[in-house]
Amino acid sequence: MQSHDTQPPLAGNVAPFTAQGMLLGLRKVSVLLPGIVVFAVAFGAAASAKGMSLVETLLMSALVYGGVSQLVAMELWRPEWSWGAIVGLAVVTATVNARSILQGASLQPWFARYPKGLNAFHLFFFTDANWLIGTRYQAEGGRDLGVVVGAGLGLWVVWVLATVPGHMLGALVSDPRRYGIDLVMPIFFAAMIVPLWRGRRAAVPWVVAGMVALLTAKLVDGYAFIIAGSLAGAVTGAFRDDAV
Amino acid sequence: MTLSDPGPWGAFIAIGAMAVATYLCRLAGVVLMSFVPLTPHVRRGLAALPGSIVVATVLPLIERLGLAAAVALLAAIGAMFVTRSELVALLTGMAMISAARFFGF
Repeated sequence: MQSHDTQPPLAGNVAPFTAQGMLLGLRKVSVLLPGIVVFAVAFGAAASAKGMSLVETLLMSALVYGGVSQLVAMELWRPEWSWGAIVGLAVVTATVNARSILQGASLQPWFARYPKGLNAFHLFFFTDANWLIGTRYQAEGGRDLGVVVGAGLGLWVVWVLATVPGHMLGALVSDPRRYGIDLVMPIFFAAMIVPLWRGRRAAVPWVVAGMVALLTAKLVDGYAFIIAGSLAGAVTGAFRDDAV
Repeated sequence: MTLSDPGPWGAFIAIGAMAVATYLCRLAGVVLMSFVPLTPHVRRGLAALPGSIVVATVLPLIERLGLAAAVALLAAIGAMFVTRSELVALLTGMAMISAARFFGF
């Protein structure tokens, strides 16, 4: 082996970003579209129930583009705003979406090959779904950034458009829990275990991540468990080879 | 001098604040990691990160959502293992949870 033996396969300076990649990303994300449509409809309905106008609702879906954080925001939404309430809402939003800090970090070695401007653009559309798709694609040796971007853009368009009927139909949308819609992302997350599996040894950090996340969820309200568990898993992965 | 209340623009400013907070989260991991050299330790940590995020997200959710959700997620993992298709996994999981909730679990 030469000095490049620590590089993953297909590494080097290749930085493809193609239309075919974007189409592949669209195809990969299409599986999730029915679930996302119902999620967006449910958000639109919740927003109209809270008295948000259609323009405000659409703006939030288009600019924030984070389903869980938008639903959490509906719990905190109010007719009159003080600066303190706005700062509070921003802080809660950041804690709900803090997982994307780690998701971005995990794909940074791949993204780093592309121009900063392109990364700043496509990260606006970076969300759970295209992180999962990109992670699996990269684990299988793929290197075309178009897959991440195509999936993110396609999902964004559907997310924003599907907010409209939700806002207009409002109360007509019955309990989305009945159809298991609240489980779409958890199922997609859980299924990712299979393509990510690299044997029992490589799964030790995941066990640590799971234990720390469960413990954190017991002790701390909100979504801190994702961050605490993921970091514990990454640290375990970073240092355990020294001991063996 | 005091800051006057946001007034009629409050809702739009609130949406803008959410958007900025979210976008900064999306940028932060990529920007921060660009200052961290990819030593073997960092590389192994990053390699363990995706699975850790998945497990750390899902396990506490299962605990919150209950036994029916746990069964549905296990069924989805099983379907994924057999077919390697996210669509089949998703349909299997949704069918399981819908059935379980229909029968009152």
